[in-house]
Parts: sequence; C-alpha cells; structure tokens
Amino acid sequence: MAGGNGDALRVVGRPQRKVDAVDKVTGQTRFADDMHLPQMLYGKLLRSPHPHARIVHIDASGAEKLPGVKAVLVGSELPIPFGILPVSQDEHALAPDRVRFVGDPVAAVAATSEDVATAALDRIAVQYEQLDTIASIDEAVQRAEPLIHDYGDNGNLHKLINLEFGDVEEGFAEADVVREDLFFYGGNTHLPMEQHAAVASYSADHKLTLWSSTQTPHYVHRALAKVLAMPASRIRVIACPNGGGFGGKSDPFNHEIVVARLAMKTGRPVKITLTREEVFYCHRGRHPTLMWAKTGVTKDGHITAMHFRTALDGGGYGSYGVASTYYTGALQTVTYQIDRYKFQGARAFTNKPPCGPKRGHGTPQPRFGVEVQVDKLAEQLNLDPAEMRLRHLVPPDSLTANYMRVGSIGLKACINKVVDGSGWKNTFRKLPEGRGVGLACSGYLSGAGLPIYWNNMPHSGVQLKCDRGGGVTVFCGSTDIGQGSDSILAYIVAEVLGVDPFEIRVVTADTDLTPVDLGSYSSRVTLMSGNAALQAAERARDMIAPEAAAKLDVPRERLVFAESRVFDAENPEHAMSFAEAVQAAEAVVGTIGTVGSYTPPESAGRYRGAGVGPSPAYSYSAAVAEVAVDLESGIVSVPKIWVAHDVGRCINPTAVMGQVEGSIYMGLGEALMEDMAYREDRRVVHKIPSMLEYKSPTTLEMCEVETFLITDPDPNGPFGAKEVGQGPLLPVAPAVANAVYDAVGVRIDEVPITPEKVHQALKRKAKGHEARYGPMSFPDIPWPDPTRVPTPAEGGDGTTAVPPERQH
Amino acid sequence: MANSPNKHAEKVHVSLTVNGEHTEVAFAPHRTLLEVLREDLGLTGTKHGCELGECGTCVVLLDDRPVLSCLVLGIDCAGRSVKTVEGIADGPTLHPLQEAFADLGAAQCGYCTPGFLLTAEALLEEYPSPSRDEIKQALAGNLCRCTGYIKIYEAVELAAARLRGEAAEPKDEALYGRR
Repeated sequence: MAGGNGDALRVVGRPQRKVDAVDKVTGQTRFADDMHLPQMLYGKLLRSPHPHARIVHIDASGAEKLPGVKAVLVGSELPIPFGILPVSQDEHALAPDRVRFVGDPVAAVAATSEDVATAALDRIAVQYEQLDTIASIDEAVQRAEPLIHDYGDNGNLHKLINLEFGDVEEGFAEADVVREDLFFYGGNTHLPMEQHAAVASYSADHKLTLWSSTQTPHYVHRALAKVLAMPASRIRVIACPNGGGFGGKSDPFNHEIVVARLAMKTGRPVKITLTREEVFYCHRGRHPTLMWAKTGVTKDGHITAMHFRTALDGGGYGSYGVASTYYTGALQTVTYQIDRYKFQGARAFTNKPPCGPKRGHGTPQPRFGVEVQVDKLAEQLNLDPAEMRLRHLVPPDSLTANYMRVGSIGLKACINKVVDGSGWKNTFRKLPEGRGVGLACSGYLSGAGLPIYWNNMPHSGVQLKCDRGGGVTVFCGSTDIGQGSDSILAYIVAEVLGVDPFEIRVVTADTDLTPVDLGSYSSRVTLMSGNAALQAAERARDMIAPEAAAKLDVPRERLVFAESRVFDAENPEHAMSFAEAVQAAEAVVGTIGTVGSYTPPESAGRYRGAGVGPSPAYSYSAAVAEVAVDLESGIVSVPKIWVAHDVGRCINPTAVMGQVEGSIYMGLGEALMEDMAYREDRRVVHKIPSMLEYKSPTTLEMCEVETFLITDPDPNGPFGAKEVGQGPLLPVAPAVANAVYDAVGVRIDEVPITPEKVHQALKRKAKGHEARYGPMSFPDIPWPDPTRVPTPAEGGDGTTAVPPERQH
Repeated sequence: MANSPNKHAEKVHVSLTVNGEHTEVAFAPHRTLLEVLREDLGLTGTKHGCELGECGTCVVLLDDRPVLSCLVLGIDCAGRSVKTVEGIADGPTLHPLQEAFADLGAAQCGYCTPGFLLTAEALLEEYPSPSRDEIKQALAGNLCRCTGYIKIYEAVELAAARLRGEAAEPKDEALYGRR
C-alpha cells in the first residue's frame, strides 16, 4: 500500500465534511449560470423540430434586424466537426446541412437579454426537406436508407464487435444446463438538477475563456481548439462546480462551442443556459439495449461458457457510443469465473437524441442480464443464488477470459454482509405471495485503463506548493461534480503532510492553472488524481524532511508529520510547526513545489477492443432488494435495499456512504420508472422532456437503504481506495427483478419494471402462459468475423490467435 | 416570455424585505421572483432546475412559507418578506440545518441544497419533532439526484434535535455504514 506517515492514519478513513461543504450549504458555490460578467450577452440555440431533415436554406436576416441582437450564427461558420472520441468526429456546433434528431441545433443568436434572444429565434427561417427516419434498432438493422451518417460499420449500424475468448461451443458441450434469455434495458437520462450553462469571454488580445458546467474540461479544451481553429494555448477552460453530472456533462457540447464563437464575434461575454427541455435533447444517457445471453453451467453452477449479444440504440451521433458498446461486453467476466466467453455488440444510429455515458456506462444493461440469468440458472440447478455466486467468484490477482486483470475482490464479503444483514436465509422463497427478495452483484472500474484519445502521457497530474506560512495549495485538473473530488485531494495531501485538510487550498479544473486530469468519468478521479496527489505530497515531504530533521537533530526516519507539526516519534514534544519546517527547507532548497502524476498499469489484453474494460482496480457490490408487488395493479414498491460495497478503503466513509446511497437511488429510478420515451409514430419526438413527466424517485418512492462498507485495500489505489460513485448502481435493477419473481413468480426481463409490464406478466401467468414480460427476439445482425483470442487458461498471451491459414 | 421584446414593458418599482433587509428593486412586470432574486438582486444562491415548478430547486420562503420562486411573480411580492439561502445563517454562524447538512454530506453537488434547506426550515418551524415520514412528506416536492435523500433526512433529524436543545450527534451508522 502506498502512502502513510507511520502506520496511523489521521485523516484518511475518518468522517469529514467536504472542503466545499460550507459554500454549498450557504449558497455560495458559483455554478456556471451564477456567473455574470459586465456587458454580458445572452445566447440561445435554435433547434430542429424534425427528427431527420436536410437543411435547404436558412434566412437569419429577420433576427439580425431585431434591436438588441448582436450576432447570429449558422452552421457554415463552424464547419469543423468534433466529437468526444477520435473515431466519431461526427458532430457540428450547428448543423451545416442535416439535422439528425428533434433538438439538433441549427442556428444561434446573442442578444442583450434572454427575451430578445428568444424572440430572435422566431425570426430565423429554416427551410427543411424532411427525410425518412430510423426510429429503432430493428429499423437500423433492416434499412441502410436513409443513411444517418456516411460512416460506420454497416449501413446504419455504427459499430459492430465480435470477440471470442476460447471456444464457447466447447464450453456449452461441457455444461449440464444451458440457457438462452433475452433482456431489454430501457433508455434513461441523467437529469442533473443543474441545467447545463456556459459563459465565454474573448479579450482584445485574442484569448478565449470558457466557464462551463462540464465534467471534462480537458476534452472541451481540445474540442474548442479544433473547431475554432485556435491554438489551445490561447484557450482557457474552467469547469465550474457541476450541479450534478452523472455522465451527462462529459461530452463537448454544441452550446459550449457556440457560446465561444459568439463571444469572439461580438467581443462581449456571452452566456448560454439551457432550458430543461434542451437538457433532455443533449441527453447522452443510458443506451436502450437489447440483449441475448446464452450461458452454460455445470451442476454446481460453474459457468463453462457465456455468449452475450447486445444491440444498442445509439441515437443521432457517435458520442461515447463505441466505448459504450464495448462496455456492454467487457465486465461480464469480473465477478464469477467464466471459462470461455464470446461477445457480439452492435450500436445503431437512430434519429433520437444521442446516447452516451451514464453512471455505470454501458455496464448496468449487461449486468442486469447476467444477474437475472444467474438467478434463473440457480433456480434450475436448485441452488441458493447467493451460494451459487459465492462458489464461483473470480479469484483475486487473476486474469479473466477476456484479459481483465482483477486485483483485490471483496465480493465474498459483500455477499455475506447483505445475506446476513437482510436475513436472506429466512426470507428467500419464504415470504408470502406479493412480497419477495432478490439478490444481485456487480463489479465496476476504478478508472478506465486507457485515455479517450491515444497518448502515452499521464492520466492525472497534480502540482503542489507549500508556502512559508505553512499554507499548502493543490492544483489539479480534476472536476468536482458533487462526488467530492476536491475534498479527496485535500484529505490525501493533508494525510501525508500532517496538516488540516481545511487549511489546504484546492485549485481544480482550470486548463490555465492546473495540470491535466482527463475528467470526472469512469470513476477514475479518487484513484488517479488521488495517486497523483499522493506522489506530489510525498515529494514535498521528502523536500521538507531532511531540513526539519537537521533542525530538530532527529534521524529522518523518526520524523512524523501530523497535527500541523513535524516531530520526533519518540518524543512528540520535540517538534516544530509545519510552517517552520517549510521555512527551514525553503532556506536550503528554495521554493517548495512538487508535481505528481499517475499513469495506469498497462492492460493485459492486446487484441483490438482490449482498451475498454481494463482498470487499475475493480470495485464490487452486492445488493438484496425487498419488494412488495400489488397483484391487482402490478405496482412494485421497494421498501428496502441492503447493499455492501467493496471500496478498497474509505478516504472519507461518510462521503462513500453518500455515493452508495445516491447510486442505489439512481438504480432504483432506472429499475422502476425512468424512461426516455419517444412517440411511436415516425416523428420520433421525445414524449416527455420535462421533470414532471420524466418520472424519477421522490422522497416518497425512495427506499430505505442499509449500507455495509467493505474495506479490502487494493495495492493500486491511494491508501488502497477504489471507486464508489458508479458500482453500487449496478445490482439494483436485477435485484429488484429477481425480487419481483420471488414475490409473484413472474420474470420481468426488462427495465424499467413498470406496473403495466408486471400486470401483463401476471395475466399471462394466470392463463397458464409463460409468466414473463420481456423481448421476444434479437435482430439478425450482420456480425463481422470474430476476433479470436485464446484465454489465459488456454495459454493465450492476450493477442489475437493467428488464423490457421496464415500459420504456414 | 414577452412576445414583443422591443416594446419594453415599463419597469415596476417594488419594495420588499429580503433576508430581513428593506429592499427596493425595479424590474419588468413579467419577471418571476426567481429572476428578480438572481438577476436583479444578485442573490444567486437560489437555483433553478426547470423554471416550470416541477423540481423544487428554487424554493424560497415568502412570508415564512415555502414557495417555488419560479412560479411567483416579483410584483406579487411587494410589501412581503422573502428569505433565501443567503439569509439562513446568523452572520458567520451557520444555522443548525446548515451544520447538519455539511456534517452528514447531505449536500453533494449542492445545487438542490438551498431549496431543501428552506423547505426543511419551514417544516421545523411548524413541527419541531417531525417523524421520518413527516420529513419525507414535507420534502416530497424537492428533487435531489445525488443523495437518494437519506443523508438529507438524517441531517433534518439531527438539526431538529439540536434546535430542540438536545446535544445530538450524527449516528455512527450514518457516518460509517452498518458494521
């Protein structure tokens, strides 16, 4: 384990306030829309009312003539495409010739007030030629015309993946039981309370500053430089504290580029704040995913082979979709041992708001399928589902069939905690009809092993400065989206230097001032920026310690940095203040400043596609959900969820609790109600772009949560810490589905589990039909030839097998 | 939103009390209390999540009652008393609700927090010892996407106990989980 100052931890592991807690409870936190600059203008975007259309002509002269309008912008002025992934540079700040979903921006204005800007939008005349739409995965599979994008693997199929690790057919032949199941996980959205906002300012010396509610200032910086064709060195991106992100503020967005261009055009600061309706159109939420899973097991539940197919409804643009598609196949293997594994994934372009990364990014959907299928297998084998899982956990420090390197795995303790805590043995299959319990598990990344664009630089950097007054400032590109990443930096530095975390200044998410951190996504920040901060702090301690030791005349190895002092471990009264220690060192070595950086270990897989899934460490979760199902209406209520999460080590247990409870909440919303619904006609209009109609759990739907934190320090984490922000969401939906089956004997193989679906399944059961609600077929997808990778057990080295014809 | 932005509606001049201070402000008559507070008075502590009365983020107290400031016209506040998040603390001393929210991590991103604090303050003013269910009922109109509400309930209960004069501390389970 890295870090430490002697054996005792004084900050790490203790409940603390977050360093920004007082600002947040006093309303002083400055979110992007709270910014106001002198002479600031207000920008608005005109969005397409059509799901798919060619732009024939735009006449903006009416808007330009309106008093108060200072600039009008159309797509031809920003012709360079962008996108979060290098392989999907398919977006434009304003559509130059084609719109691909209702809400796709086509023009923008900047005016002296929001009222004038809104009125100006009505005076922009856009002539569209409507095109036929692709509204579903099935349509995308069936029709290559109209083609939504002129790139992709096959017609309107954006991405096709076919990976095989060992021969699954051989595995199915060895199995005692083989099942095939179909599942569907509906689309849902992040719904952060803060509507996205951005403010841009352009100075007469050609420097651009953008303040934005973004989770990824570094990627926004790159996108701005590209689209505006400006040197990145003239652009400064500052991520304001995000009023919730959950993945929804991880892409560079149209409005961020438009607001910058409007500021450049007018020479005045400009602000764009999206309406709630527009936030629904930005989306980038959970991909609706159809799944087919075939799994073979021996009598004791050992999985000899799994073949998993996914089809994702991607919406109108690429976004993170290629990565999302890989993620629907990457982490099936990190919980239970799977001898042979095959994954086929497809992402379709459709004329809907683009899907992207939402909390759990591409993994809650397959995890739902795996955990419900395991529940069905356990029943077929007459095994307790908890016991079946416990028997076949992935061992620590091992490589999975698809070359995910699992380090620490606390899943056994997680399962035992929720089984004991919930009284599982007395409730499972033992509760009266209408009440039930269900169990599910999961594993998740502590940061993606590879960056979004290929480079060999660190993923996170920290600079640290100690001043003569004993003050410490930490500079890091990481972005606090409410998860507490600023606090993590302070706690870790405070632990190493022995100072009070609340006396540390934290400067983050500013591309001018802070070293790059790739962003707040993939649960990477505690592990990666935490390790960078740890290294910087240790280097600072190493700079200060020799001079402090000399001054105190104590051997260096006996020095302790704690309580804002530096003292002799054997005689704690023999001490100097931390400030005096800094002064002693500064007198000898000069200014006390250090850097730290973090690069994840190399991944084990070397096949094409091996870049998605590897992580320095995986967190694990187990959950038991208790449900009550009304047999008349099909209404499912969830009174309680027991959850255990293996976080490696808690840097701050109270903050960890908050992430667990928040994940359970968001998972419950996905399990029961949240749904991005579109009208079923060819208009592909979002049915419900409002917070009233997009149902999310209020205090009245939220369940009681009993949380167990499992600490099993991982050697790759700072002080052993792993992620907690996303993993605990994953087991919720399958645990609820399994509990519904326990309660009323119907399988709901589809999320969200709405009363209509339960009611229909109950009706079918009453008629003696299959007691199930879920998809009935999987489309016939033109899969490419498989990439065959021998498993580690077969002696593979992570590379693709050489096809037999090329061996000689 | 005005359809004819060029016909500038004449501003109305309104006197009201904001966080205990007499305040005079002039604004277009269609402006909401939310807009008046944030844009005309610079009190950006009050947030917005929908501007349609759906999320509870913009709650302020109007004559001590919680209201959705996005649905209240500024001119209707003439002569009345408004309390925002900026007015909860007693100078540099935080209100017990603010202390409890900070200690328990009931504010994660902090965006919905002002609305929750003011709704909870009104609740505790009327019911000093609310049950968990009464807290849930009172807060049912405020959405939070970060916390799952649990730390918020615990913070309201802790603050309520302290406001009743009890020497209450956070429960071990709220800080560390079940052990």
